[in-house]
Amino acid sequence: MKLGGILLPTFFRGKRAEKIRRPDLASQWQLMWWKFRKHKLAMVGMVLLGIFVFMALFAEFISPYPPYDRNPAYVAGAPMGIRFFEEDGTFHMQPFVYGNKAQRDPITLRMKFATDTTQIWKLQLFSHGKPYRLLGIIPTDLHLFGTDKGFVHLFGTDFTGLDIFSRTVHATRASLGVAIIGVSVSFLLGAAIGGAAGYFGGALDSFIMRFIEFIRSIPTLPLWLALAAALPRDWGPLATYVAITIILSLLGWTWLARTVRSKLLATRKEDFVLSARLSGCSDFRIIHRHLLPSFISYLIVDVSIAFPEILLAETSLSFLGLGLREPVESWGVLLFAAQSIRAIDQAPWLMIPGIFVIVAVLAFNFVGDGLRDAADPYAR
Amino acid sequence: MEPAVENPVLSVKNLQIVLDNGGSYIQITDDVSFSIGRGEVLALVGESGSGKSVTALALMQLLAQNLKIAHGEILLRTQSGSSTDIAKLGTRGKAIESIRGARMGMIFQEPMSSFSPIHTIGAQIAEVVQVHESASRQVARTRASDLLAQVGIPDPVGALDRYPAEFSGGMRQRAMIARALICGPELLIADEPTTALDVTIQGQILELLRNLKKNLGMAILFITHDLGIVAQMADRVAVMYSGAIVESGPVREIFRNPTHPYTRALLEAVPRLGDLDRGRRIQPISGSMPNIYAVPSGCRFHPRCPVAQLPRCSDFAPPVFSKGEHLVACIHGEKAFGP
Repeated sequence: MKLGGILLPTFFRGKRAEKIRRPDLASQWQLMWWKFRKHKLAMVGMVLLGIFVFMALFAEFISPYPPYDRNPAYVAGAPMGIRFFEEDGTFHMQPFVYGNKAQRDPITLRMKFATDTTQIWKLQLFSHGKPYRLLGIIPTDLHLFGTDKGFVHLFGTDFTGLDIFSRTVHATRASLGVAIIGVSVSFLLGAAIGGAAGYFGGALDSFIMRFIEFIRSIPTLPLWLALAAALPRDWGPLATYVAITIILSLLGWTWLARTVRSKLLATRKEDFVLSARLSGCSDFRIIHRHLLPSFISYLIVDVSIAFPEILLAETSLSFLGLGLREPVESWGVLLFAAQSIRAIDQAPWLMIPGIFVIVAVLAFNFVGDGLRDAADPYAR
Repeated sequence: MEPAVENPVLSVKNLQIVLDNGGSYIQITDDVSFSIGRGEVLALVGESGSGKSVTALALMQLLAQNLKIAHGEILLRTQSGSSTDIAKLGTRGKAIESIRGARMGMIFQEPMSSFSPIHTIGAQIAEVVQVHESASRQVARTRASDLLAQVGIPDPVGALDRYPAEFSGGMRQRAMIARALICGPELLIADEPTTALDVTIQGQILELLRNLKKNLGMAILFITHDLGIVAQMADRVAVMYSGAIVESGPVREIFRNPTHPYTRALLEAVPRLGDLDRGRRIQPISGSMPNIYAVPSGCRFHPRCPVAQLPRCSDFAPPVFSKGEHLVACIHGEKAFGP
């Protein structure tokens, strides 16, 4: 008893002492991370984004089928529910989907698919399927999941029998790709143009600011439409992809240019800038070595908030049929199929990619929010 | 006014800096001339607003955008005798950038904010070498740690990787000095380098500057309003008032025979130990520094001058008298120096 009374506190104290944080020794990024971690929603957003990135990188592995694999036995079929219990209540350790029977409707002559509760197609993790190259390099035929017999369409299929789950997973790649490339190009343009405006000031500054106001005063959607419509229709999917990305970033740099400019205006009179000039640093060096890094955390926040805008822009353009086109898949391209009343009436599951868009946009916003709080040293 | 200095590092001739006041120009400094010899410390003394710091920034071509050099020469001479006129180099471009930090270093008042808070001390000092001598990062770091050792920072190698926030004010000023000296400049401009420091640190920094001057043989332009520091540091003094040098000469001469009424008033205004016991009070200079937009005519000091002779002082620019290296721009110079 006595011994425990002496030993236990020291033991705990010792343990706690190891874990004490040292904000005085922590780097800027470490401090930001500590604050960020406290922001629950931002952490959720971070995890979601992690999943999206994983999906984009390993789309072939996660999706059970290649995105162009038609399944004639299940056209415009509804999502197949994963079950553990049979209709009669029998429990299976291994999840399964019920089999399907195709019948032709005797009146409308349309194909109808009825669940066949007599057939049980068991789901398997790491099943073998169509061969592909992982990350474009490693040849393999392993998929995250599959069935022992029959097929599984988690999100159903579209009117040509393509698996919507596989397509949505693959579409993550283009959607995030456009967003990432678009934001990066915007970032470079914004940092360079805003940097020049803020540092040199004067006539250049006024000119750039008026130009930005001009760009921002143009209604966005018509401008995108006009630019996208100006792209030759006979360009290949890759060229269109690149062109759309560039169009989006050419219009998206203005917000960042403004942030960079205002931050530069605030910091360029600092003494450390004067002392850098005294040391013979050139203007370019002062901007990119001394000034930009001093507010990079704010820029990162801005960038994370800009992601959803570009993501949505691409989705809207593609949805209207002016952005990316088949055979490139993006979430917007997939949603393009869900435009008609007929589609929504007969196959409402075509809108599932829209949920991905919403989740991704929310995740980006949450992360941006968390970053903004974390990057501000004065926020309590 | 031009004192004779043999083989000066820097000679400034008739430097006039003007303020662009919406098209009309307001004079900030009026034909300032001075020279600094090799290994010499020239103290530029004056009240706040007398144009000391503006002159220093003009030497570096770092004037604020609304200020410019109207005329005058700033000749920076090399050992071999060839000279560059900084006044003609413009504020931007390779030519001036290769002089800043390499041939002329500068330290100023604010050691707290003159380092970028997000880069390490080592990176910022080594940067100067990398900019000017295209040396490798490793070489630059070694040089930086050598310099840090020279300016008396303990554990110079470890200090390279520390951030400015981890340094005290005195250490930061030492690091600033290291940064200004790393390329071995011929001239160091020290613009009130000790004003923001407390007295003990101030003493250490002055000691350091004296030793560096002795060891490196570099010239220092020391800008201050503290006459105590002038007495400790300077070889020669130039007293500035309202943008013009009113008196200059060797430091002993100025302190023993202050001739210009302004210099005398400045010396009267210095507190000394034992003042209270002797019943002496500090004599403030009545009035205040003239507004640059409404400079008095004639001698600019005449409205505050206790010995002014009107209308002579208010109507004519003061004559310049000299005795040896001692120059003064005042009518009373005649009496003091003889005709």
